Amino acid sequence: MAACMSANRSENAFSANDLVPEWAQEEVSTGTTIMAVEFDGGVVIGADSRTTTGAYIANRVTDKLTPIHDHIFCCRSGSAADTQAVADAVTYQLGFHSIELDEPPLVQTAANLFKQMCYRYREELMAGIIVAGWDKRKGGQVYTVPMGGMIVRQPVSVGGSGSSYIYGFMDSNYKPGMTKEECLHFCTQALTLAMERDGSSGGVARLAAITEDGVERRVVLGNQLPKFSNV
Amino acid sequence: MERHYMDSKIKGVSTGTTILAVTFNGGVIIGSDSRASMGGNYVCSKTINKLIQVHDRIFCCIAGSLADAQAVTKTAKFQISLHSIQMESPPLVKAAASVMKELCYNNKEELQAGFITAGWDKKKGPQVYTVALGGMLLSLPFTIGGSGSTYIYGYTDAKYKPDMSREECLQFATNALALAMGRDNVSGGVAHLVVITEGGVEHVVIPGDKLPKFHDE
Repeated sequence: MAACMSANRSENAFSANDLVPEWAQEEVSTGTTIMAVEFDGGVVIGADSRTTTGAYIANRVTDKLTPIHDHIFCCRSGSAADTQAVADAVTYQLGFHSIELDEPPLVQTAANLFKQMCYRYREELMAGIIVAGWDKRKGGQVYTVPMGGMIVRQPVSVGGSGSSYIYGFMDSNYKPGMTKEECLHFCTQALTLAMERDGSSGGVARLAAITEDGVERRVVLGNQLPKFSNV
Repeated sequence: MERHYMDSKIKGVSTGTTILAVTFNGGVIIGSDSRASMGGNYVCSKTINKLIQVHDRIFCCIAGSLADAQAVTKTAKFQISLHSIQMESPPLVKAAASVMKELCYNNKEELQAGFITAGWDKKKGPQVYTVALGGMLLSLPFTIGGSGSTYIYGYTDAKYKPDMSREECLQFATNALALAMGRDNVSGGVAHLVVITEGGVEHVVIPGDKLPKFHDE
């Protein structure tokens, strides 16, 4: 049924430190599903809410949608520590830049700050980030900065481990010119489908709509997620 | 976070691929792409047929090492024919799937191939079975497989309905293959589809430029 993907784990009968359980020795990762969609007037961003350390879910209500500025958010995937550190650094740099400019910063600026950091420290970091927001110059924009540190603007972007499963759904269901409500519905469906299939994604679906007027956040609880008639 | 690419541990020619089989009202459609690749860099064949007919109304599609898959299907074809002659009746789809499973399970150390078996028989009508890498056998209303299948799990989960009509099912399978071929670099070429019903077997080939296009193409 699934493709051949084997994670080679050396099963140690006795781990190096028996005082600490095995799951606490694993790095905290946001194995995750994140996405962002542009619409006329803003962007809609979404993420699941699961953070894992190995097989243990360290946080089942994580908020992976991090504000960088008033109208700019980033969606974080990869190592939780790395993405928190980078996001904090960029938040500082962008805040400073905005004060110097005496204007709200551009989404492209925020995205490029992420890119500079992710590219410079590409060997050390494990971070895949989607930057999305609204500014006066170009309206709603989505920039994806995957691992390695490239930057590209896309009308719709998905990321994280769960994203592989929804490329087909995204390609077939995204249409340019959707309204904000249609985008929210599209994101909810896509996140649900990914959470169903990806073991590292789950919990609730967190969404946010960013427009000129501000940020509107929504949470769709597990039992309220759409159901798909299935096997 | 896991890397998006899959490390191909398959030496030699592999059908990094997209395969699927879907039941509909009255039959089953089995489909695949047509690319055979070596190491993810070189396309050995643009037009390989991965849908192997193992009996009149039973087809198999292969994913994984091409050599292993060909060896297994050849053996399976022989065993199923023999079984059918001995029983003096067309074989059950389940029997064909079981033959594949036995071969995969008993040789699990050496083999690296997964199969989807689909067909029609008089006892249970249209059926789809999947035999995974280690030799697990599962019966399902529809199934997808191969490296390209990862990208269409969301699409097929959302779009599959039980008891579709033949046309709806054909459209569903074509769309799914097109989406997977659009995202997976080791799937591509033409889309091969075979429609199996009580009445017979119909082979539909859709060349690359006639596949459905999506928003960014």
